[in-house]
Amino acid sequence: MYIIIVGGGKVGYYLSKALLDEGHEILVVEKDADRSEFICNELGSVCIRGDGCEAATLTEVGTGRADMFIAVTGDDEDNLVACQVAKHKFNVSRTIARINNPKNEAIFKKLGIDVTVSSTNIILENIEEEVPTHPLTHLLNIRDKGLEIVEVKIPPDSATAGKAIRELSLPPDSILSLIISKERKPQVPTANTVIQAEDQIIAVTPPEAEEALRAALRGA
Amino acid sequence: MKVVIMGCGRVGAKLADLLDGDGHQVTILDTDDYSFRRLPATFNGTALLGDGTDEEVLKRAGIEEADAFVAVTQEDNRNVMAVQIAKHIFNVPRIVCRIYDPLRRELYNTLGIEAFSPTTIFAQMLKEKLES
Repeated sequence: MYIIIVGGGKVGYYLSKALLDEGHEILVVEKDADRSEFICNELGSVCIRGDGCEAATLTEVGTGRADMFIAVTGDDEDNLVACQVAKHKFNVSRTIARINNPKNEAIFKKLGIDVTVSSTNIILENIEEEVPTHPLTHLLNIRDKGLEIVEVKIPPDSATAGKAIRELSLPPDSILSLIISKERKPQVPTANTVIQAEDQIIAVTPPEAEEALRAALRGA
Repeated sequence: MKVVIMGCGRVGAKLADLLDGDGHQVTILDTDDYSFRRLPATFNGTALLGDGTDEEVLKRAGIEEADAFVAVTQEDNRNVMAVQIAKHIFNVPRIVCRIYDPLRRELYNTLGIEAFSPTTIFAQMLKEKLES
């Protein structure tokens, strides 16, 4: 695949390295002359100095034949504009923007960016997973469907332990997909499955029903 | 009419003053409160410290009731992002922005953004002066 990366900072550099190792053809556009030279010295001639938001620069690097366009500078507005220029002027089918302010995620989607990656949100999700007492952990967002996959742990003293799933008042749009017992035994739940203390439950839910799902499963 | 202006540079401050003088309700935003020195003492509008690409700040500036939004900061990309938020998230009926880069201006015009490039306008004007 031919992949263009805008921004040769730490994220851009390590991303380029990883994509090169996977055998992709890549090109980095970096504003700073020293940084651009550093990348060429380290990774071979894969970086040009220029503004990734400028149509002239993007023409020069052959954006028209790019399979993917990734903007990972430290500024959200620059990433937005670079992706919009790639999408609307060069018809790149897949544009990916790094986001620093998590609030921009919804805005970027609305403005036509295909994929957004928010490092702040990723770090937050990892922190949730690492905190064992956290009642509900986000595992994955299902893009464009308004659904997410979450994990709920049943506490040892939970009121729902010993109850069958049909006895719980689960929100209508949430589906329990997998139960992993304390003994690490995975099981696809049915209405008659009985919940045990310390079960891990993996469920699919719309974000608005998250709170109701947590309450129904943990019994509070 | 209610107008929100982003960027209190020379152009932003002058526009705010002119609109205010005509009796419009003006709120002007800037990320540096030192910029507000450019507003004349007679200015009756609101000067608000904050980043116009941030939804919360725009709400505080009254974007939800605004009739028009103008983005005239020094940075093209910030202007372009802010007017798109105003147009697509807050449905402001009229949006205008400055884009120095003529090529970028052209592209955003085709995407329905009303944008002016002072680069093109001023170069054209100078050329006409010299040739007349």
